[in-house]
Amino acid sequence: MKLITHNILQNNMKDGKKGYPLVLQATKIDKVIAEFNQEFLLRMLDRLEYHVLIHALEMIGMKDFLPIILPENCSEDEAFMKNLHHALLEIDIIEGELICPESGRKFPIKDGIPNMLLTDEEEMAVDSEPKSK
Amino acid sequence: MSHRPEHTGPAELYYNSVEARKYTQNGRIIEVQLTMTQRAVEILNLPADCPQLLLDIGCGSGLSGEYITEQGHHWVGLDISQAMLDVAREREVDGDLLLGDMGQGVPFRPGVFDGAISISAVQWLCNADTKQHNPVKRMYTLFSTLYSALRRGAKAVLQVYPENSEQMELLTFQATKVGFTGGLVIDFPHSSKAKKLYLCLFTGGAPVHMPVPL
Ligand SMILES: [Zn+2]
Repeated sequence: MKLITHNILQNNMKDGKKGYPLVLQATKIDKVIAEFNQEFLLRMLDRLEYHVLIHALEMIGMKDFLPIILPENCSEDEAFMKNLHHALLEIDIIEGELICPESGRKFPIKDGIPNMLLTDEEEMAVDSEPKSK
Repeated sequence: MSHRPEHTGPAELYYNSVEARKYTQNGRIIEVQLTMTQRAVEILNLPADCPQLLLDIGCGSGLSGEYITEQGHHWVGLDISQAMLDVAREREVDGDLLLGDMGQGVPFRPGVFDGAISISAVQWLCNADTKQHNPVKRMYTLFSTLYSALRRGAKAVLQVYPENSEQMELLTFQATKVGFTGGLVIDFPHSSKAKKLYLCLFTGGAPVHMPVPL
């Protein structure tokens, strides 16, 4: 699981509040190589929760290569965009777990794949109220 | 006599490691899957030369995902079969993979995906495999969480194999109930072999034109 996915993942179980962002604990991390695409990164920036990304990097002990606050005119900052690319797409969480900040429910990550499966009881508690657009 | 896989048990049991291998080694299955993926992406009608973030519901071994990658887009795949996802990992697909049950909703915060596809997966929701599984509620949960996870104006194209017109109507009705517009595109309607159904769903925004069937 890359951090771009961590940035959009949430636990849908109704626990009062929303299950986002998920706490990330990693025991095994791989580095992969992804093709740099400036346009894709710009498109992701408009939906990214930047502070969640920074916090995720912190939780896996890699916080130092991105600024804590998103820089202004960051799209023109080549070094920043390269680092953002690396943070979102080249860090692969292989083993670990995701933890719901609200309920404490743990979702294990094995061989790079988070297990988001709920039990039948938990399924009953999924928030399926439609949201307006 | 029915040979539909949905009738032999839940998807996570049907797509065991033997079935999962079949899906990645059988040339005919691959070809059919790829053709339907190409058609689903065509119906999505994404802006040219603009990399998108897509969701693949029931991504299996990542065959559809590889096509999405070739088209220059990024994707996240959700599947209930660990065996299929294991094959996808082995094949080193580019998309991120999640083990999950679409009937429990797609686990994403609002407004993050530019589009969604699903190939031959959503009809599994029509079957109840335990007492707790209520097909109508599970369809509703999938559609409402999918609607939420899509960006304003985004589309979802779901290729389905319903067993009968009642199932198709139920799926369409539940999708409409959560706010989707759109409807069914039936390609090759007069050939029982080639006939393919695509549920084309649009989130709010500008009025849309339904795609022309083949
Ligand atoms: Zn039947």
